[in-house]
Amino acid sequence: MTADRRVDVLVVGAGPAGLAAAARLAAAGAGRVEVLEREAQAGGVPRHCAHGGFGTWTHPLTGPGYARLLVEAATHAGAVLRTGVTVLDWAGPRTLTTVGPQGLESIEAEAVVLATGSRERPRTARLVPGTRPVGVYTTGELQQAVHLFGQSIGARAVVVGAERVSYSAADTLRTAGVAVVALLTEHPRAQAPLPRAQSARLGRRVPLLTDTTVTELLGHGRLSAVRVRHRDGRTATLPCDTVVFTGDFVPENELARRAGITLDGSPHTSRPGVFAVGAVLHPGQRARAATWAGAESGGAVLEWLAGGDWPAHRSV
Amino acid sequence: MTVTAEGPLPERTYDVAVVGAGVVGCAIARELARHARLRIALVEAQDDVGQGTSKANTAILHTGFDATPGSLEARLVREGYQRLAAYAAECGIPVERVGALLVAWDEEQLAALPRLAEKAERNDCPDTRLLGADELYAREPHLGPGALGALHVPGESIICPWTTTLAYATQAVRAGVDLHLNTRVEQSGRDGRGHLLTTSRGTLRARRLVNAAGLHADTLDRALGHDDFTVTPRRGQLIVHDKLARPLVRHILLPVPTALGKGVLVAPTVYGNVLLGPTAEDLHDKRATGSTAEGLALLREKGGRILPALLREEVTAVYAGLRAATEHEDYRITAHPEQAYVTVGGIRSTGLTASLAIAVHVVGLLTDTGLDPGPARDLDPVRMPNLGEAFPRAHQRPELIAADPEYGTLVCHCERVSRGEIRDALAGTIPPRTLDGLRRRTRARAGRCQGFYCGAAVRQLFEEARP
Ligand SMILES: Cc1cc2nc3c(=O)[nH]c(=O)nc-3n(C[C@H](O)[C@H](O)[C@H](O)COP(=O)(O)OP(=O)(O)OC[C@H]3O[C@@H](n4cnc5c(N)ncnc54)[C@H](O)[C@@H]3O)c2cc1C
Ligand SMILES: Cc1cc2nc3c(=O)[nH]c(=O)nc-3n(C[C@H](O)[C@H](O)[C@H](O)COP(=O)(O)OP(=O)(O)OC[C@H]3O[C@@H](n4cnc5c(N)ncnc54)[C@H](O)[C@@H]3O)c2cc1C
Repeated sequence: MTADRRVDVLVVGAGPAGLAAAARLAAAGAGRVEVLEREAQAGGVPRHCAHGGFGTWTHPLTGPGYARLLVEAATHAGAVLRTGVTVLDWAGPRTLTTVGPQGLESIEAEAVVLATGSRERPRTARLVPGTRPVGVYTTGELQQAVHLFGQSIGARAVVVGAERVSYSAADTLRTAGVAVVALLTEHPRAQAPLPRAQSARLGRRVPLLTDTTVTELLGHGRLSAVRVRHRDGRTATLPCDTVVFTGDFVPENELARRAGITLDGSPHTSRPGVFAVGAVLHPGQRARAATWAGAESGGAVLEWLAGGDWPAHRSV
Repeated sequence: MTVTAEGPLPERTYDVAVVGAGVVGCAIARELARHARLRIALVEAQDDVGQGTSKANTAILHTGFDATPGSLEARLVREGYQRLAAYAAECGIPVERVGALLVAWDEEQLAALPRLAEKAERNDCPDTRLLGADELYAREPHLGPGALGALHVPGESIICPWTTTLAYATQAVRAGVDLHLNTRVEQSGRDGRGHLLTTSRGTLRARRLVNAAGLHADTLDRALGHDDFTVTPRRGQLIVHDKLARPLVRHILLPVPTALGKGVLVAPTVYGNVLLGPTAEDLHDKRATGSTAEGLALLREKGGRILPALLREEVTAVYAGLRAATEHEDYRITAHPEQAYVTVGGIRSTGLTASLAIAVHVVGLLTDTGLDPGPARDLDPVRMPNLGEAFPRAHQRPELIAADPEYGTLVCHCERVSRGEIRDALAGTIPPRTLDGLRRRTRARAGRCQGFYCGAAVRQLFEEARP
């Protein structure tokens, strides 16, 4: 099948990794560098991380501020950013089919960069039994509901997980006026850095239940409680109307899998000319690390565009 | 067109009231609606059609090959299969004739296959064929080791249960049926003019009554003075796997049935997922539609044997439905002419398939009890939005996007649901009243991320449309 259009580099996903890769490539004169983003706004996950921590000591930034900066850098360098365009599938080794309000289109590229990110494993995929009530979230959905849409959430919430992102979820809940009943983790201690965990526990009096798993969701219509079990066998029922499943990141790797393309942790995938970078390679990777990796992968893409060899793939 | 969900019910006396807007009640209302002179009420306790067992089943359009020959169920399933397949093609309800393989895992099961083929023959399903192990593995290369052979039933198909129920209800309402949601029938009495139903929204009068209350059909039947059957809910838990698992399986993979039931199957869905289930647990609580750790563990153990690679794929959803099992081995469809009343009970594990045939049968019984339905007409056809992967979805149709770019703007990414489809569903004849209702109509939020990406955006569209 012949493509509708050709570009030099096609970047799928305008999160930190994709934007940084595009900025570097456009600045280096890689030709037409096009970034496709299915959301209406570019920026990826930081778009809805209203809190700080994305900049540096000297230049503090919130997630949305950080996202804006990356978008500006990419467009300023000359990359073409198209939002509201979803990459659907492959129509050739480096040809992708897309859809957007302008219709369906296939685009062929010299190099394709998959920067599609990662997401949190939801309740269902964790096989948590029980009913299917309203009030069950991931942090990603919660942050968008509160920070992008100002939606109401509930009154009392349990947070599953004690990673960094779990504490972000607890902060977002408080912003939305929701009392955090407890954080719980199956691990013997919090997975987040100590100061973060301690400030939540001592400063905000949020109990952390360690060695604890959710065994059941209760409630018809709306969530009414979660049942939990400690490693030692003790059980408890925590009344709440909201539960947030945090962390436990999985790659958003549908495009790679649809084509049987395997990823081995390096930007070179099993298919020559197709790269992967950011959280799709390292689920849950911090935003600044994804940015850095995106910029770095630009070097590998430039080598390929200059006629470089494709390294042998370590199959996993 | 009348759909109500609050406030007092109309004062008028209906010719027929159908209690229960599951797939069966909706099919009956639709069949009655073909008779223009009848005034019909479809009365449903919940806030949407198809919210009972009809929303949580295995979604198979059965040929009836393994039914008990000569039973009412066998006849209605066979007839319903033909009717629904034709109706689905007309309305755009996704159906895929993938065929089933009854897989034998030991010599005893292998020996049982010829008998099942004979039974199929007696159920007017003559095109089954025995397959040896080689042919079986050629057809299903990912099948676990140890299968000895299979019976191929080419007619077994998969279907969208939500679109089916909604199509019936939409057509019925457009043809003049009054749909009253949030209306639980609590008591029934009679006066000189007929039935007086006491509901959660006041009194409803009807000359004739059809009880299609699913799990609660026995309760309503008792309220009318009958003691014919007791519904014992038989729970079936199911696991829906990621669409990336779809290439692992081509047919519906059935176990050889035993006395304990049909057993655990692996089947593709029309949406492109892979189902594993159901369990079969006899319970007493008619609200026990939750999943359990034991149930899920059992399914994964069985699934791991049937299709080992399936367990490596992510799970997208888990659900459970309750079959309206009774102490009888057949449907309990009974006319009570003296009461101008028909019971449609015990529609166990085949009601989706049989629905259109049940409807014709029930209208026949109503006529026998003295209803004069008048002439029948053809209903205006409905065209349902396609949720199936085997047919073009909205975002895959260039002409549609050119006419309205909203069909090219995806909101739910995992299931590729456009803003145009969500808008249409919210403006439908029977609009959703909850996000779950919207999901059943569009698949928005039904995918692998379960709302991580789109949940808030979909909720926003829903709340804008229904303040
Ligand atoms: C809820 C949450 C909170 C977090 N909080 C923090 C934090 O406070 N600090 C921090 O440093 N890190 C945080 N992280 C981690 C970090 O933000 C992400 O891992 C980081 O954004 C990864 O960047 P990325 O570019 O690889 O992916 P993403 O930011 O996920 O961007 C991927 C982009 O690709 C797009 N896309 C995917 N598929 C397609 C397709 N088929 N077609 C078109 N577009 C597509 C997506 O819409 C998305 O915009 C958080 C992560 C999550 C999930
Ligand atoms: C696990 C499982 C798998 C199945 N697989 C298949 C399959 O593959 N193929 C197939 O053909 N069939 C299958 N079935 C069977 C099929 O789902 C049912 O036979 C069918 O849905 C029954 O429809 P119904 O309308 O009778 O019941 P329901 O859908 O339960 O509808 C009854 C309605 O009545 C309402 N109601 C009850 N009491 C009152 C009251 N007092 N007042 C007002 N309203 C009331 C309820 O709210 C409900 O909406 C399966 C069932 C289960 C549980």
